Amino acid sequence: MTDAKHKELKDRAFAVREHIIRMSTDGGCFTGASLSCADLIVYLYSGYLNVNKDNLQDPQRDFLLLSKGHDVPALYGTFAELGWIEKDRLKNHLKSNDSIYWHPNRNIPGIEFHSGSLGHLPAVGLGIAMDNKLKGYNNKVVVITGDGELDEGSVWETLHVASAYKMNNLTIVVDRNHFQANMKTEDLIPLEPLADKFEAFGCVVKRIDGHDFAALDETFSQLPFHAEKPSVIIADTVRGKGLPSIEARADRWFCNFNAEEVESLMKELHGEAKTTLTSETLTVR
Amino acid sequence: MSTISTYQELIKHTALNDERYIVMTAENRAVVKELPPVLGNRFIDTGITEQTMIGMAAGLALRGRVPICHALAPFLIYRAYEFVRTDVGIAHLPVKLSAWIAGFLSDGNGPTHQAIEDVALMRTIPGMTVFCPSDHADMVAMLPEIWASPDPAYVRVNVRPDVYGKHTAFKTGVAEVISEGTDVTLLTYGMLLEETLKAAEILKNQGLSVGLLNMRSLKPVDEKAILKVAATSKLVVTVEDHFLTGGLYSIVAEVLLKNRTTANFLPLALNEKWFKPGLLSEVLVYEGFTGPQIAERVQQHVAAEAVG
Repeated sequence: MTDAKHKELKDRAFAVREHIIRMSTDGGCFTGASLSCADLIVYLYSGYLNVNKDNLQDPQRDFLLLSKGHDVPALYGTFAELGWIEKDRLKNHLKSNDSIYWHPNRNIPGIEFHSGSLGHLPAVGLGIAMDNKLKGYNNKVVVITGDGELDEGSVWETLHVASAYKMNNLTIVVDRNHFQANMKTEDLIPLEPLADKFEAFGCVVKRIDGHDFAALDETFSQLPFHAEKPSVIIADTVRGKGLPSIEARADRWFCNFNAEEVESLMKELHGEAKTTLTSETLTVR
Repeated sequence: MSTISTYQELIKHTALNDERYIVMTAENRAVVKELPPVLGNRFIDTGITEQTMIGMAAGLALRGRVPICHALAPFLIYRAYEFVRTDVGIAHLPVKLSAWIAGFLSDGNGPTHQAIEDVALMRTIPGMTVFCPSDHADMVAMLPEIWASPDPAYVRVNVRPDVYGKHTAFKTGVAEVISEGTDVTLLTYGMLLEETLKAAEILKNQGLSVGLLNMRSLKPVDEKAILKVAATSKLVVTVEDHFLTGGLYSIVAEVLLKNRTTANFLPLALNEKWFKPGLLSEVLVYEGFTGPQIAERVQQHVAAEAVG
């Protein structure tokens, strides 16, 4: 990866994080999960995937499906930075005159499928990948799941089927931020050894730092990892990445900050402040 | 006139003539067993994975395909209910659900296999259509229009022999009027048409003027036909192998109330109970749904009304 490309990705991810912080008020959003996958989403939409605002009707474009869903501010922030939607439109978050709410939906250009209920889009992605195979297309289908989402049996059911049908055009990316809603995954339903589990279901797995653009680039460029198997990338990430005040904290999943906190967090993102958070901690949404 | 007379011939003909169709099954192959070599990779058996099959069908439909999904009714739509509602329903995709052994057709399986709340569940999903053919010939007459529609559809598959012999052409949302009567009108759907035809005959022989409607399409339902029956028949009877809650009785009640009218009404359904498992013929007798039993239950109601 060139230095210029690296800087482009870093700057874009930074701007996306600003959007996420700004959406974390007036009702709030799932800030922590959005920040953990921001780098992943920025990387995928900045050249890796063959998808842009002008080819959304092209059946041979690549597909990204956000199965965890509640991290959609990262996706909307990316769309805004890429010019797919107006930046101002993000101010419509939770307003009834638009469709920008806590989970993705197809009223927003670029959203391939709605989500919110966990464990669905691996199966939907499998259907899209199957259609691509039937048509002889070589386009890619990438499904981003959460790690807590892997509790859902339907994820594993789908991997079973995807392996049976040798779906090498399907890639599952796990945003491994090590938390589910209210606690560490390993303290509730431990997932490790996670790579072994995916391998046992017939996938080829690579594990990388999900905030390292060079590692992302090197790994994604190797897809598919096997000619007859689905690929899995476990991207180790930090929930709340970029905001030390909320990083890797069980109690900062859904955040609804007050105006002062938002301003302070914006400075914190720029390394200029540490934020004292007084707004109520929400652990159920 | 088409020579297609079976479900399997119809699905084969449909899929071979239109690349959009994908035949899927969660390992229930009995009625599509000849299709794998014919359709090749457009026949997809996902194994015993109803949720994955439905999610996958949504993905295929998103790309312009029309998946026809097969499984036993309770697993197709109860195990995978949230996938039907969320992936097919919210996106309003043309996924066609072919549900086997719904209603009394699960005969000896027991309550795990009894789909007798299927109409209730499927009709709550916005945009989902619901169909219950009365026999194999009725179903083959109905399916081409159902599969060609852009709407998601739930079908109670029924491959029992033709019980009527002169089914009329099918139109979505239109009931098949088998007879019209002023004393009592029987409304039914699915495999119970056979017994209800016998009941109507018995009641006619007793001098009553008897109407009989094969509802066919439960959502959309034939409101006009229901209102006409309520206005012209002294007694309206619904006959269904479904819970009393949410099926045809509920549908008719909703139509009548919406139109600020009512009727003298006798609902024959499964009231807060699963049915006693056994051979279908045993089930019908035990639950009181043979033709003579239906006729008798109607007569008792009429007699009680007369006394009351």
